[in-house]
Amino acid sequence: MNRLSLRRIGAMIARYLYLLRSSWPRIAELIYWPAIQMFTWGFLQTYINGQASAAGVTGRFAVAAGTLIGALLLWDSLFRAQLGFSLSFLEEMWSRNMANLLMSPLRPLEFVAALMAMSLIRLAIGILPVTGLAFLFFGFNLWALGLAVAAFFVNLVLTSWSIGLFVSGLVLRNGMGAEAIAWSILFFVMPFACVYYPVATLPSWLQWVAWSLPPTYVFEGLRALLVAHVFRLDLMVEGFAINISLLAAGTLAFLVLLDSARRAGSLLQMGE
Amino acid sequence: MNESRSATGLKRVAASSGAAISARNLRKTFKNVVAVDSVSFDIAAGSTTALLGGNGAGKTTTIGMIMGLILPTSGRVSVLGADMARERHRVLARMNFESPYVDMPHRLTVRQNLYVFAGLYGVADPAKRIAELAESLALTEFLDRQAGKLSAGQKTRVALAKALINEPEVLLLDEPTASLDPDTADWVRSRLEDYRRKRGATILLASHNMAEVERLCDRVVMLKAGRVVDDGAPAALIAKYGRDSLEEVFLDIARGRAS
Repeated sequence: MNRLSLRRIGAMIARYLYLLRSSWPRIAELIYWPAIQMFTWGFLQTYINGQASAAGVTGRFAVAAGTLIGALLLWDSLFRAQLGFSLSFLEEMWSRNMANLLMSPLRPLEFVAALMAMSLIRLAIGILPVTGLAFLFFGFNLWALGLAVAAFFVNLVLTSWSIGLFVSGLVLRNGMGAEAIAWSILFFVMPFACVYYPVATLPSWLQWVAWSLPPTYVFEGLRALLVAHVFRLDLMVEGFAINISLLAAGTLAFLVLLDSARRAGSLLQMGE
Repeated sequence: MNESRSATGLKRVAASSGAAISARNLRKTFKNVVAVDSVSFDIAAGSTTALLGGNGAGKTTTIGMIMGLILPTSGRVSVLGADMARERHRVLARMNFESPYVDMPHRLTVRQNLYVFAGLYGVADPAKRIAELAESLALTEFLDRQAGKLSAGQKTRVALAKALINEPEVLLLDEPTASLDPDTADWVRSRLEDYRRKRGATILLASHNMAEVERLCDRVVMLKAGRVVDDGAPAALIAKYGRDSLEEVFLDIARGRAS
């Protein structure tokens, strides 16, 4: 009786796929923003490389400038995966369907599993075409980084799920007033995750904050790979360990906030 | 869910206490506000019972606690033998509910919505069950229309189809005919009567429509300011208060004219 039901998880995934299929603007939107970001940063990278060549600066600086587009693609993967999780959850609030789900045999962890699956599906729809565009327009082939890409993605997706779980719990407990957090929380993390610059750039008292965030390990790892051509397994393992702790904390927070919402009686008044 | 499983479940309930829903000393406070206080009742399997009371009487909070979506501050509520605060997932597949304040995803078609809920409730043959519901609730003509594009009456029929998708043994209804025209409301009541007759289901409804309650219900639990103030068959309550209709009884209680 306590086992998770693949059928119920599948029913929830079908529900979100029906929704995606019903509206081409929803699918286009998944690709649109990552593509715009990629072009903006891709042209900036081209400009920096051009300036570096004109000034006679070669090699290391130009290669370092090449990390911009890689970092952008990975940052957008983190952002899109978190939005994929949170937006699927918010769809239930916007459509006032949450009470139907919570009254059904769907268990909270089955709901979470479906949200995780949708996070991956929406990420794939958004990012895969954009990595192709990055190669076509700027000659940056993310997939040429090989297995390292898998390590980067695993860490980023785990972070996105932890944040998605925490945000969804807050919305369950506090209602739609907490919706804005879903959109903005990662931008608070961004300066400290050192997406576009090394951790050493931060003042020393802020560096411990950066190293407490799993995405920092991914972006440091990306720079090590592109600049020094070294795959830092140690960084990936450390990031993974923090991610596992974060995911456990996010899951616990979601369940505690759901229970708190049951105590507060807010689950029957869900919606906009 | 097939017929034999449903029948087995009902026999199991009848064989135990005979009460499909049991509330004991339910109390719910929200900060300093007492929403429900010392509410106790048993609802017999196979009966239809109404929770009546004015706005703020505690009906929705009581139904929320019966569904397990609201945790009582103290007291206990069980449905089909399961404590709804702790083990609701044991019986949720045998229950369902409908409320005009809850929607289904607007961009999904009626058929897609029903398929999703059939999956969630573990319905053995979703296509067959949806076809049965489409016929009995007259949904066929708009099965492939988006739920958000339906009229209020059509939406109510779809919500009822969702509520019956798993052939529930316990059906909770919050104002099932609110905002419907008299013809559609009468049609919905007939479907509920049919369902109860055929399946022997237990129905608990909250309503402000006294004629509806007189027609559908074997029993009425009257709430005021979060407490049970009276409880009995509609005809018995009318006789007890010396009135001609349940509506007059309701007004007596709501306005404090009851002895």
